Amino acid sequence: MKILVCISHVPDTTSKINFIDNNTKFDTTGVQFIIGPYDDYALARAIEIKEATPGTTVTVLNVGLADTEPTIRKALAIGADDAIRVNAEPTDSYFVASQIAEQAKGFDLILMGRESIDYNSGVVHAIVGEMLGLPSISPVMKLELEGTKAKLSREIEGGKETLEVNLPFVAGCQEPIAEWKIPNMRGIMSARTKPLKVVEPKSVEATVVLKKFELPPAKGAVKMISSDNVAELVTRLKTEAKVL
Amino acid sequence: MNSLVFVESGEGKIRKSSLEAVAYAHAMGGGVTAIALGSIDKSELEALGKYGAAKVLHVADERLNQDVIQAFASVLFKAMQEENTDVLVLANSSLGTPVAAKVAARINASLATNVVELPNISSGFSVKRSIYTGKAFSVVELTKSKKVIAIKKNAAEVKEVGSSAQIVPYSVALIDADFNTKITSTEKATGEVLLPEAEIVVSGGRGMKGPEYWGPLEDLAKALHAATGCSKPVSDMGWRPHHEHVGQTGVKVAPQLYIAIGISGAIQHLAGVNSSKCIVVINKDADAPFFKAADYGIVGDAFEIIPKLTEAIKAAK
Repeated sequence: MKILVCISHVPDTTSKINFIDNNTKFDTTGVQFIIGPYDDYALARAIEIKEATPGTTVTVLNVGLADTEPTIRKALAIGADDAIRVNAEPTDSYFVASQIAEQAKGFDLILMGRESIDYNSGVVHAIVGEMLGLPSISPVMKLELEGTKAKLSREIEGGKETLEVNLPFVAGCQEPIAEWKIPNMRGIMSARTKPLKVVEPKSVEATVVLKKFELPPAKGAVKMISSDNVAELVTRLKTEAKVL
Repeated sequence: MNSLVFVESGEGKIRKSSLEAVAYAHAMGGGVTAIALGSIDKSELEALGKYGAAKVLHVADERLNQDVIQAFASVLFKAMQEENTDVLVLANSSLGTPVAAKVAARINASLATNVVELPNISSGFSVKRSIYTGKAFSVVELTKSKKVIAIKKNAAEVKEVGSSAQIVPYSVALIDADFNTKITSTEKATGEVLLPEAEIVVSGGRGMKGPEYWGPLEDLAKALHAATGCSKPVSDMGWRPHHEHVGQTGVKVAPQLYIAIGISGAIQHLAGVNSSKCIVVINKDADAPFFKAADYGIVGDAFEIIPKLTEAIKAAK
Protein backbone atom coordinates (compact mmCIF):
# COMPACT_ATOMS: atom_id res chain seq x y z
CA MET A 1 0.00 0.00 0.00
CA LYS A 2 1.13 3.54 -0.78
CA ILE A 3 0.39 6.36 1.66
CA LEU A 4 0.94 10.03 0.92
CA VAL A 5 1.21 12.40 3.88
CA CYS A 6 1.04 16.11 3.06
CA ILE A 7 2.79 18.30 5.59
CA SER A 8 2.83 22.04 6.15
CA HIS A 9 5.89 23.93 7.38
CA VAL A 10 4.55 26.35 9.99
CA PRO A 11 5.73 28.51 12.92
CA ASP A 12 5.95 26.71 16.26
CA THR A 13 2.75 27.11 18.32
CA THR A 14 4.58 29.37 20.82
CA SER A 15 5.75 31.82 18.13
CA LYS A 16 5.10 35.52 18.42
CA ILE A 17 3.38 36.65 15.24
CA ASN A 18 4.68 39.79 13.51
CA PHE A 19 4.61 41.12 9.98
CA ILE A 20 7.07 43.10 7.86
CA ASP A 21 7.13 44.86 4.46
CA ASN A 22 4.16 47.09 5.23
CA ASN A 23 2.22 44.19 6.78
CA THR A 24 2.39 42.00 3.69
CA LYS A 25 4.93 39.42 4.84
CA PHE A 26 5.31 37.17 7.88
CA ASP A 27 8.34 38.05 10.00
CA THR A 28 10.41 34.87 10.37
CA THR A 29 12.98 36.49 12.68
CA GLY A 30 13.59 34.18 15.63
CA VAL A 31 10.76 31.85 14.59
CA GLN A 32 11.18 28.09 14.85
CA PHE A 33 9.39 26.15 12.09
CA ILE A 34 7.79 22.76 12.66
CA ILE A 35 5.67 20.14 10.90
CA GLY A 36 2.06 21.36 11.26
CA PRO A 37 0.75 19.76 14.49
CA TYR A 38 -2.29 18.25 12.73
CA ASP A 39 -0.09 17.00 9.86
CA ASP A 40 2.14 15.45 12.51
CA TYR A 41 -0.86 13.39 13.72
CA ALA A 42 -1.50 12.25 10.14
CA LEU A 43 2.17 11.28 9.75
CA ALA A 44 2.17 9.36 13.04
CA ARG A 45 -0.92 7.37 11.97
CA ALA A 46 0.67 6.64 8.57
CA ILE A 47 3.81 5.29 10.27
CA GLU A 48 1.66 3.12 12.56
CA ILE A 49 -0.11 1.67 9.52
CA LYS A 50 3.24 1.09 7.80
CA GLU A 51 4.57 -0.74 10.85
CA ALA A 52 1.46 -2.94 11.04
CA THR A 53 1.13 -3.61 7.30
CA PRO A 54 4.11 -5.14 5.47
CA GLY A 55 4.79 -3.67 2.04
CA THR A 56 3.50 -0.22 2.94
CA THR A 57 5.44 2.89 1.94
CA VAL A 58 4.94 6.40 3.26
CA THR A 59 5.78 9.40 1.07
CA VAL A 60 5.72 12.91 2.50
CA LEU A 61 4.82 15.90 0.36
CA ASN A 62 5.37 19.56 1.07
CA VAL A 63 4.60 22.57 -1.07
CA GLY A 64 7.30 25.05 -0.15
CA LEU A 65 10.60 26.67 -1.00
CA ALA A 66 14.00 25.18 -0.14
CA ASP A 67 13.86 26.47 3.46
CA THR A 68 11.25 23.79 4.29
CA GLU A 69 13.72 20.93 3.73
CA PRO A 70 14.74 20.59 7.41
CA THR A 71 11.03 20.10 8.22
CA ILE A 72 10.74 17.48 5.46
CA ARG A 73 13.88 15.71 6.76
CA LYS A 74 12.27 15.57 10.19
CA ALA A 75 9.28 13.74 8.70
CA LEU A 76 11.71 11.30 7.05
CA ALA A 77 13.44 10.86 10.44
CA ILE A 78 10.09 10.01 12.01
CA GLY A 79 9.79 7.14 9.53
CA ALA A 80 8.58 8.22 6.09
CA ASP A 81 10.39 6.47 3.21
CA ASP A 82 10.79 9.28 0.73
CA ALA A 83 9.68 12.83 0.07
CA ILE A 84 8.52 15.22 -2.61
CA ARG A 85 8.88 18.99 -2.39
CA VAL A 86 6.90 21.09 -4.83
CA ASN A 87 9.14 24.10 -5.25
CA ALA A 88 6.69 26.98 -4.67
CA GLU A 89 5.47 29.39 -2.04
CA PRO A 90 2.17 27.97 -0.67
CA THR A 91 0.11 31.09 -1.41
CA ASP A 92 -3.47 29.86 -0.98
CA SER A 93 -5.45 26.68 -0.42
CA TYR A 94 -6.53 26.24 -4.03
CA PHE A 95 -2.94 26.55 -5.23
CA VAL A 96 -1.63 24.08 -2.63
CA ALA A 97 -4.45 21.61 -3.31
CA SER A 98 -3.75 21.80 -7.07
CA GLN A 99 -0.09 20.91 -6.48
CA ILE A 100 -1.00 18.03 -4.15
CA ALA A 101 -3.59 16.66 -6.58
CA GLU A 102 -0.94 16.69 -9.31
CA GLN A 103 1.36 14.48 -7.20
CA ALA A 104 -1.24 12.31 -5.42
CA LYS A 105 -2.31 10.00 -8.25
CA GLY A 106 -1.62 6.34 -7.54
CA PHE A 107 -1.71 6.59 -3.74
CA ASP A 108 -4.15 4.46 -1.75
CA LEU A 109 -4.41 6.84 1.14
CA ILE A 110 -3.82 10.60 1.15
CA LEU A 111 -3.49 12.01 4.66
CA MET A 112 -2.89 15.49 6.02
CA GLY A 113 -3.88 17.61 9.00
CA ARG A 114 -7.38 19.07 9.31
CA GLU A 115 -5.85 22.52 8.74
CA SER A 116 -2.51 24.29 8.72
CA ILE A 117 -1.97 26.41 11.82
CA ASP A 118 -0.81 29.45 9.87
CA TYR A 119 -3.71 30.22 7.52
CA ASN A 120 -6.28 27.95 9.27
CA SER A 121 -8.29 27.39 6.09
CA GLY A 122 -9.10 23.73 6.69
CA VAL A 123 -10.07 23.08 3.08
CA VAL A 124 -7.08 21.59 1.24
CA HIS A 125 -8.12 17.94 1.81
CA ALA A 126 -11.62 18.60 0.50
CA ILE A 127 -10.36 20.41 -2.61
CA VAL A 128 -7.85 17.61 -3.31
CA GLY A 129 -10.68 15.06 -2.97
CA GLU A 130 -12.83 17.04 -5.38
CA MET A 131 -9.98 17.41 -7.90
CA LEU A 132 -9.19 13.69 -7.84
CA GLY A 133 -12.82 12.55 -7.66
CA LEU A 134 -12.15 10.82 -4.34
CA PRO A 135 -14.06 10.88 -1.05
CA SER A 136 -12.56 13.26 1.49
CA ILE A 137 -13.25 13.21 5.21
CA SER A 138 -12.23 15.67 7.94
CA PRO A 139 -11.62 16.06 10.85
CA VAL A 140 -10.79 12.38 11.32
CA MET A 141 -10.12 11.23 14.90
CA LYS A 142 -9.77 7.50 14.24
CA LEU A 143 -8.74 5.55 11.14
CA GLU A 144 -8.65 1.74 10.92
CA LEU A 145 -8.01 -0.11 7.67
CA GLU A 146 -9.83 -3.34 6.82
CA GLY A 147 -8.63 -4.59 3.44
CA THR A 148 -9.78 -2.12 0.81
CA LYS A 149 -12.08 -0.38 3.25
CA ALA A 150 -11.52 1.97 6.18
CA LYS A 151 -13.51 2.66 9.30
CA LEU A 152 -13.24 6.24 10.50
CA SER A 153 -14.53 8.44 13.22
CA ARG A 154 -15.12 12.09 12.43
CA GLU A 155 -15.92 15.07 14.62
CA ILE A 156 -19.27 16.67 13.83
CA GLU A 157 -21.01 19.68 15.39
CA GLY A 158 -21.54 18.71 19.01
CA GLY A 159 -20.53 15.07 18.70
CA LYS A 160 -18.95 12.49 16.45
CA GLU A 161 -19.92 10.01 13.75
CA THR A 162 -18.39 6.78 12.56
CA LEU A 163 -18.22 6.02 8.87
CA GLU A 164 -16.96 3.57 6.29
CA VAL A 165 -15.27 4.42 3.05
CA ASN A 166 -13.49 2.54 0.28
CA LEU A 167 -9.85 3.22 -0.55
CA PRO A 168 -8.47 5.41 -2.02
CA PHE A 169 -9.62 8.51 -0.12
CA VAL A 170 -8.35 11.76 1.39
CA ALA A 171 -8.45 12.44 5.13
CA GLY A 172 -7.78 15.55 7.23
CA CYS A 173 -6.60 14.31 10.62
CA GLN A 174 -6.65 15.52 14.22
CA GLU A 175 -6.04 14.06 17.65
CA PRO A 176 -6.52 11.45 19.02
CA ILE A 177 -5.85 9.58 15.74
CA ALA A 178 -2.31 8.71 16.92
CA GLU A 179 0.35 9.93 19.34
CA TRP A 180 2.98 12.25 17.93
CA LYS A 181 6.26 10.44 17.19
CA ILE A 182 9.68 11.74 18.12
CA PRO A 183 12.52 10.80 15.77
CA ASN A 184 15.24 8.59 17.27
CA MET A 185 18.97 8.83 16.45
CA ARG A 186 18.79 6.03 13.88
CA GLY A 187 15.88 7.76 12.16
CA ILE A 188 17.73 11.07 12.07
CA MET A 189 20.84 9.42 10.56
CA SER A 190 18.91 7.50 7.90
CA ALA A 191 16.77 10.56 7.00
CA ARG A 192 19.84 12.28 5.54
CA THR A 193 20.11 9.79 2.70
CA LYS A 194 16.42 9.11 2.01
CA PRO A 195 15.24 10.35 -1.43
CA LEU A 196 13.84 13.89 -1.56
CA LYS A 197 12.57 14.74 -5.00
CA VAL A 198 12.09 18.40 -5.94
CA VAL A 199 9.47 19.11 -8.61
CA GLU A 200 8.42 22.40 -10.15
CA PRO A 201 4.83 23.55 -9.56
CA LYS A 202 2.12 23.41 -12.17
CA SER A 203 0.80 26.79 -13.14
CA VAL A 204 -2.42 27.70 -11.31
CA GLU A 205 -4.48 30.86 -11.57
CA ALA A 206 -4.75 32.70 -8.25
CA THR A 207 -8.30 32.91 -6.89
CA VAL A 208 -7.47 34.74 -3.67
CA VAL A 209 -5.00 37.63 -3.40
CA LEU A 210 -3.48 38.76 -0.11
CA LYS A 211 -3.85 42.50 0.50
CA LYS A 212 -2.43 42.79 4.01
CA PHE A 213 -2.01 41.23 7.43
CA GLU A 214 -3.26 42.75 10.69
CA LEU A 215 -2.64 42.13 14.35
CA PRO A 216 -5.48 42.28 16.88
CA PRO A 217 -5.64 45.41 19.07
CA ALA A 218 -3.58 45.19 22.27
CA LYS A 219 -5.44 43.96 25.31
CA GLY A 220 -5.89 46.24 28.34
CA ALA A 221 -4.48 45.33 31.76
CA VAL A 222 -6.27 42.68 33.82
CA LYS A 223 -8.56 43.99 36.56
CA MET A 224 -8.08 41.97 39.72
CA ILE A 225 -11.02 41.32 42.03
CA SER A 226 -10.72 40.10 45.63
CA SER A 227 -11.76 36.50 46.28
CA ASP A 228 -13.82 37.88 49.20
CA ASN A 229 -15.94 39.89 46.82
CA VAL A 230 -16.99 37.51 44.05
CA ALA A 231 -20.29 39.37 43.59
CA GLU A 232 -18.32 42.35 42.31
CA LEU A 233 -17.17 40.26 39.35
CA VAL A 234 -20.79 39.62 38.36
CA THR A 235 -21.58 43.34 38.66
CA ARG A 236 -18.56 44.26 36.52
CA LEU A 237 -19.39 41.67 33.88
CA LYS A 238 -22.88 43.14 33.68
CA THR A 239 -22.25 46.87 33.78
CA GLU A 240 -18.65 47.29 32.62
CA ALA A 241 -17.91 44.45 30.18
CA LYS A 242 -21.60 44.08 29.27
CA VAL A 243 -21.31 40.36 28.59
CA LEU A 244 -23.98 39.07 30.98
CA MET B 1 -25.29 40.56 -5.71
CA ASN B 2 -27.37 37.50 -4.89
CA SER B 3 -26.35 35.17 -2.11
CA LEU B 4 -27.27 31.63 -1.21
CA VAL B 5 -26.93 30.61 2.43
CA PHE B 6 -26.51 26.99 3.40
CA VAL B 7 -28.23 26.48 6.75
CA GLU B 8 -27.24 23.57 8.98
CA SER B 9 -29.62 21.91 11.35
CA GLY B 10 -29.45 19.48 14.22
CA GLU B 11 -32.46 17.61 15.64
CA GLY B 12 -34.74 19.56 13.33
CA LYS B 13 -33.54 22.96 14.54
CA ILE B 14 -31.45 25.48 12.60
CA ARG B 15 -28.04 26.00 14.21
CA LYS B 16 -27.14 29.40 15.63
CA SER B 17 -24.03 29.55 13.44
CA SER B 18 -26.30 29.28 10.39
CA LEU B 19 -28.54 32.10 11.62
CA GLU B 20 -25.33 34.12 11.79
CA ALA B 21 -24.61 33.19 8.17
CA VAL B 22 -28.09 34.36 7.11
CA ALA B 23 -27.62 37.62 9.05
CA TYR B 24 -24.22 38.09 7.40
CA ALA B 25 -25.66 37.59 3.90
CA HIS B 26 -28.46 40.04 4.64
CA ALA B 27 -26.04 42.65 5.95
CA MET B 28 -23.99 42.21 2.76
CA GLY B 29 -27.02 43.41 0.74
CA GLY B 30 -28.74 41.94 -2.32
CA GLY B 31 -31.14 39.02 -2.49
CA VAL B 32 -30.78 36.28 0.12
CA THR B 33 -31.98 32.74 -0.51
CA ALA B 34 -31.40 30.10 2.16
CA ILE B 35 -31.18 26.37 1.49
CA ALA B 36 -31.84 23.66 4.05
CA LEU B 37 -31.38 19.90 3.65
CA GLY B 38 -33.06 17.00 5.40
CA SER B 39 -35.96 16.94 7.86
CA ILE B 40 -36.43 20.33 9.51
CA ASP B 41 -39.47 21.84 11.25
CA LYS B 42 -41.42 24.10 8.89
CA SER B 43 -41.62 26.82 11.54
CA GLU B 44 -37.82 26.83 11.74
CA LEU B 45 -37.55 27.38 7.99
CA GLU B 46 -40.13 30.17 7.99
CA ALA B 47 -38.30 31.86 10.86
CA LEU B 48 -35.24 32.29 8.63
CA GLY B 49 -37.19 35.21 7.13
CA LYS B 50 -36.77 37.08 10.40
CA TYR B 51 -33.02 37.12 9.92
CA GLY B 52 -33.09 38.24 6.33
CA ALA B 53 -33.84 35.31 3.99
CA ALA B 54 -36.52 36.12 1.43
CA LYS B 55 -36.83 32.53 0.23
CA VAL B 56 -35.90 29.13 1.64
CA LEU B 57 -35.23 26.17 -0.63
CA HIS B 58 -35.98 22.97 1.26
CA VAL B 59 -34.63 19.62 0.11
CA ALA B 60 -36.74 17.25 2.20
CA ASP B 61 -34.66 14.16 1.42
CA GLU B 62 -34.31 11.93 4.48
CA ARG B 63 -30.95 10.63 3.26
CA LEU B 64 -29.67 14.12 4.00
CA ASN B 65 -30.52 13.99 7.72
CA GLN B 66 -26.92 12.97 8.24
CA ASP B 67 -23.93 15.07 7.22
CA VAL B 68 -23.45 13.51 3.77
CA ILE B 69 -20.92 16.12 2.73
CA GLN B 70 -20.49 15.01 -0.89
CA ALA B 71 -24.25 15.02 -1.50
CA PHE B 72 -24.62 18.39 0.24
CA ALA B 73 -21.97 19.81 -2.07
CA SER B 74 -23.81 18.48 -5.14
CA VAL B 75 -27.09 20.05 -4.00
CA LEU B 76 -25.45 23.42 -3.36
CA PHE B 77 -23.56 23.28 -6.65
CA LYS B 78 -26.82 22.89 -8.55
CA ALA B 79 -28.69 25.47 -6.46
CA MET B 80 -25.95 28.04 -6.99
CA GLN B 81 -26.31 27.69 -10.74
CA GLU B 82 -30.10 27.57 -10.87
CA GLU B 83 -30.58 30.44 -8.44
CA ASN B 84 -28.06 32.62 -10.26
CA THR B 85 -26.00 33.07 -7.10
CA ASP B 86 -22.84 35.15 -6.87
CA VAL B 87 -21.89 34.33 -3.28
CA LEU B 88 -22.40 31.19 -1.22
CA VAL B 89 -22.36 31.96 2.51
CA LEU B 90 -22.18 29.32 5.23
CA ALA B 91 -20.88 28.66 8.74
CA ASN B 92 -17.28 27.69 9.34
CA SER B 93 -17.92 24.26 10.86
CA SER B 94 -17.09 20.58 10.50
CA LEU B 95 -19.92 20.45 7.95
CA GLY B 96 -19.88 23.91 6.39
CA THR B 97 -16.15 24.14 5.74
CA PRO B 98 -15.68 20.93 3.70
CA VAL B 99 -18.91 21.63 1.82
CA ALA B 100 -17.62 25.13 1.02
CA ALA B 101 -14.35 23.69 -0.27
CA LYS B 102 -16.03 21.15 -2.53
CA VAL B 103 -18.49 23.62 -4.02
CA ALA B 104 -15.74 26.21 -4.58
CA ALA B 105 -13.56 23.64 -6.34
CA ARG B 106 -16.43 22.60 -8.62
CA ILE B 107 -17.50 26.07 -9.70
CA ASN B 108 -13.97 27.50 -9.68
CA ALA B 109 -14.90 30.12 -7.09
CA SER B 110 -12.72 32.20 -4.79
CA LEU B 111 -12.93 30.65 -1.33
CA ALA B 112 -12.38 32.18 2.11
CA THR B 113 -13.02 30.43 5.41
CA ASN B 114 -12.78 31.76 9.00
CA VAL B 115 -14.20 35.10 7.83
CA VAL B 116 -14.77 37.58 10.68
CA GLU B 117 -16.16 40.73 9.04
CA LEU B 118 -18.48 41.85 6.28
CA PRO B 119 -16.78 42.18 2.89
CA ASN B 120 -15.34 45.45 1.70
CA ILE B 121 -16.87 45.99 -1.74
CA SER B 122 -15.70 49.56 -2.33
CA SER B 123 -13.18 48.26 -4.87
CA GLY B 124 -13.32 44.58 -5.64
CA PHE B 125 -14.47 42.19 -2.92
CA SER B 126 -12.21 41.62 0.05
CA VAL B 127 -12.80 39.90 3.37
CA LYS B 128 -10.97 39.70 6.67
CA ARG B 129 -10.02 36.24 7.92
CA SER B 130 -8.77 35.02 11.27
CA ILE B 131 -5.35 33.34 10.88
CA TYR B 132 -2.50 32.04 13.05
CA THR B 133 -5.15 30.50 15.33
CA GLY B 134 -6.64 33.85 16.29
CA LYS B 135 -3.29 35.61 16.70
CA ALA B 136 -3.65 37.67 13.49
CA PHE B 137 -5.91 38.54 10.56
CA SER B 138 -5.45 38.64 6.82
CA VAL B 139 -7.37 40.76 4.37
CA VAL B 140 -7.76 38.89 1.08
CA GLU B 141 -9.35 39.84 -2.21
CA LEU B 142 -11.64 37.26 -3.79
CA THR B 143 -10.97 37.76 -7.46
CA LYS B 144 -13.29 35.25 -9.16
CA SER B 145 -16.83 36.23 -10.10
CA LYS B 146 -18.23 33.41 -7.90
CA LYS B 147 -17.31 33.45 -4.23
CA VAL B 148 -17.72 31.07 -1.31
CA ILE B 149 -17.31 32.40 2.22
CA ALA B 150 -17.46 30.54 5.53
CA ILE B 151 -18.17 32.74 8.57
CA LYS B 152 -16.35 32.14 11.83
CA LYS B 153 -18.73 31.31 14.66
CA ASN B 154 -19.94 34.26 16.77
CA ALA B 155 -18.46 36.71 14.22
CA ALA B 156 -21.79 37.94 12.82
CA GLU B 157 -24.56 39.49 14.85
CA VAL B 158 -27.99 37.89 14.53
CA LYS B 159 -30.64 40.61 14.19
CA GLU B 160 -34.33 40.43 13.43
CA VAL B 161 -34.87 42.32 10.20
CA GLY B 162 -37.84 40.74 8.46
CA SER B 163 -40.81 38.46 8.88
CA SER B 164 -41.56 35.09 7.38
CA ALA B 165 -39.71 33.50 4.47
CA GLN B 166 -41.35 31.77 1.54
CA ILE B 167 -40.59 28.05 1.55
CA VAL B 168 -39.97 26.41 -1.82
CA PRO B 169 -39.60 22.60 -2.05
CA TYR B 170 -36.43 21.83 -3.97
CA SER B 171 -35.02 18.61 -5.30
CA VAL B 172 -31.78 17.46 -6.83
CA ALA B 173 -31.15 14.09 -8.48
CA LEU B 174 -28.31 12.60 -6.45
CA ILE B 175 -26.09 9.84 -7.79
CA ASP B 176 -24.24 6.97 -6.06
CA ALA B 177 -21.00 8.97 -6.02
CA ASP B 178 -22.73 11.49 -3.76
CA PHE B 179 -22.90 8.77 -1.13
CA ASN B 180 -19.26 7.67 -1.33
CA THR B 181 -18.99 7.55 2.46
CA LYS B 182 -21.34 5.49 4.60
CA ILE B 183 -22.20 6.92 8.01
CA THR B 184 -22.64 4.01 10.40
CA SER B 185 -23.40 5.78 13.67
CA THR B 186 -23.77 9.25 15.16
CA GLU B 187 -23.06 10.20 18.74
CA LYS B 188 -24.23 13.48 20.19
CA ALA B 189 -22.46 15.16 23.07
CA THR B 190 -24.49 15.57 26.23
CA GLY B 191 -25.20 19.07 27.53
CA GLU B 192 -27.56 21.66 26.19
CA VAL B 193 -25.14 24.21 24.79
CA LEU B 194 -22.71 23.35 21.98
CA LEU B 195 -19.19 24.47 22.87
CA PRO B 196 -18.08 25.97 19.51
CA GLU B 197 -21.07 28.29 19.27
CA ALA B 198 -21.67 29.05 22.98
CA GLU B 199 -22.05 32.68 24.12
CA ILE B 200 -20.47 31.79 27.45
CA VAL B 201 -17.90 29.06 28.16
CA VAL B 202 -16.75 27.81 31.57
CA SER B 203 -13.51 25.81 31.35
CA GLY B 204 -11.57 23.84 33.93
CA GLY B 205 -7.92 22.83 34.04
CA ARG B 206 -5.64 20.67 36.15
CA GLY B 207 -6.36 22.96 39.11
CA MET B 208 -9.77 21.25 39.30
CA LYS B 209 -7.88 18.28 40.82
CA GLY B 210 -9.90 15.46 39.25
CA PRO B 211 -13.03 14.54 37.26
CA GLU B 212 -15.01 13.96 40.45
CA TYR B 213 -14.75 17.67 41.33
CA TRP B 214 -16.44 18.94 38.14
CA GLY B 215 -19.93 19.18 39.69
CA PRO B 216 -19.62 22.78 40.97
CA LEU B 217 -18.16 23.90 37.62
CA GLU B 218 -21.11 22.34 35.80
CA ASP B 219 -23.52 24.08 38.20
CA LEU B 220 -21.85 27.39 37.38
CA ALA B 221 -22.13 26.65 33.65
CA LYS B 222 -25.81 25.84 34.08
CA ALA B 223 -26.51 29.09 35.96
CA LEU B 224 -24.87 30.99 33.09
CA HIS B 225 -26.45 28.83 30.37
CA ALA B 226 -22.84 28.20 29.32
CA ALA B 227 -21.02 25.33 27.63
CA THR B 228 -18.25 23.54 29.53
CA GLY B 229 -14.70 23.25 28.20
CA CYS B 230 -11.34 22.08 29.49
CA SER B 231 -7.59 22.32 28.93
CA LYS B 232 -5.56 19.76 26.95
CA PRO B 233 -4.06 17.94 29.98
CA VAL B 234 -7.57 17.45 31.36
CA SER B 235 -8.82 15.79 28.17
CA ASP B 236 -5.53 13.86 27.73
CA MET B 237 -5.96 12.40 31.23
CA GLY B 238 -9.53 11.45 30.37
CA TRP B 239 -11.10 13.64 33.06
CA ARG B 240 -13.28 15.23 30.38
CA PRO B 241 -14.21 14.12 26.84
CA HIS B 242 -11.96 15.15 23.97
CA HIS B 243 -14.61 17.35 22.33
CA GLU B 244 -14.40 19.70 25.34
CA HIS B 245 -10.68 20.37 24.76
CA VAL B 246 -10.23 24.08 24.05
CA GLY B 247 -6.92 25.15 22.49
CA GLN B 248 -4.53 25.15 19.57
CA THR B 249 -5.28 21.55 18.57
CA GLY B 250 -8.77 21.41 20.07
CA VAL B 251 -11.90 23.55 19.77
CA LYS B 252 -11.37 27.26 19.10
CA VAL B 253 -14.06 29.27 20.81
CA ALA B 254 -15.13 32.90 20.37
CA PRO B 255 -17.70 33.51 23.12
CA GLN B 256 -18.77 36.77 24.72
CA LEU B 257 -17.42 35.48 28.02
CA TYR B 258 -14.78 32.83 28.72
CA ILE B 259 -14.24 31.79 32.34
CA ALA B 260 -11.07 29.76 32.96
CA ILE B 261 -10.77 28.01 36.30
CA GLY B 262 -7.57 26.31 37.40
CA ILE B 263 -5.98 26.72 33.95
CA SER B 264 -2.45 28.18 33.99
CA GLY B 265 -2.77 29.57 30.45
CA ALA B 266 -0.21 27.84 28.25
CA ILE B 267 0.12 29.61 24.91
CA GLN B 268 -1.52 26.63 23.17
CA HIS B 269 -4.61 27.06 25.35
CA LEU B 270 -4.70 30.83 24.73
CA ALA B 271 -4.69 30.15 20.99
CA GLY B 272 -8.11 28.55 21.40
CA VAL B 273 -9.67 31.40 23.38
CA ASN B 274 -8.06 34.59 22.08
CA SER B 275 -11.15 35.50 20.04
CA SER B 276 -13.26 35.72 23.23
CA LYS B 277 -14.72 39.16 23.96
CA CYS B 278 -14.10 38.98 27.72
CA ILE B 279 -11.88 36.56 29.67
CA VAL B 280 -12.14 35.84 33.40
CA VAL B 281 -9.36 33.85 35.06
CA ILE B 282 -9.69 32.19 38.45
CA ASN B 283 -6.48 30.63 39.74
CA LYS B 284 -4.84 30.10 43.10
CA ASP B 285 -1.43 30.97 41.63
CA ALA B 286 -1.16 34.76 41.27
CA ASP B 287 1.70 34.26 38.79
CA ALA B 288 -0.33 32.09 36.38
CA PRO B 289 0.43 33.43 32.86
CA PHE B 290 -3.28 33.37 31.99
CA PHE B 291 -3.85 36.54 34.10
CA LYS B 292 -1.86 38.53 31.52
CA ALA B 293 -4.39 37.58 28.83
CA ALA B 294 -7.42 38.14 31.06
CA ASP B 295 -9.84 41.05 31.46
CA TYR B 296 -10.75 40.11 35.04
CA GLY B 297 -8.89 37.92 37.49
CA ILE B 298 -9.48 36.41 40.91
CA VAL B 299 -6.68 34.77 42.89
CA GLY B 300 -8.01 32.12 45.20
CA ASP B 301 -9.23 28.59 45.80
CA ALA B 302 -11.50 27.43 42.96
CA PHE B 303 -13.63 25.28 45.23
CA GLU B 304 -14.48 28.28 47.42
CA ILE B 305 -14.96 30.74 44.58
CA ILE B 306 -17.08 28.66 42.18
CA PRO B 307 -20.10 28.18 44.51
CA LYS B 308 -19.99 31.86 45.52
CA LEU B 309 -19.93 32.88 41.88
CA THR B 310 -22.84 30.57 41.05
CA GLU B 311 -24.85 32.13 43.91
CA ALA B 312 -23.98 35.66 42.81
CA ILE B 313 -25.10 34.91 39.25
CA LYS B 314 -28.38 33.39 40.38
CA ALA B 315 -28.94 36.39 42.67
CA ALA B 316 -28.26 38.84 39.83
CA LYS B 317 -30.89 37.32 37.55
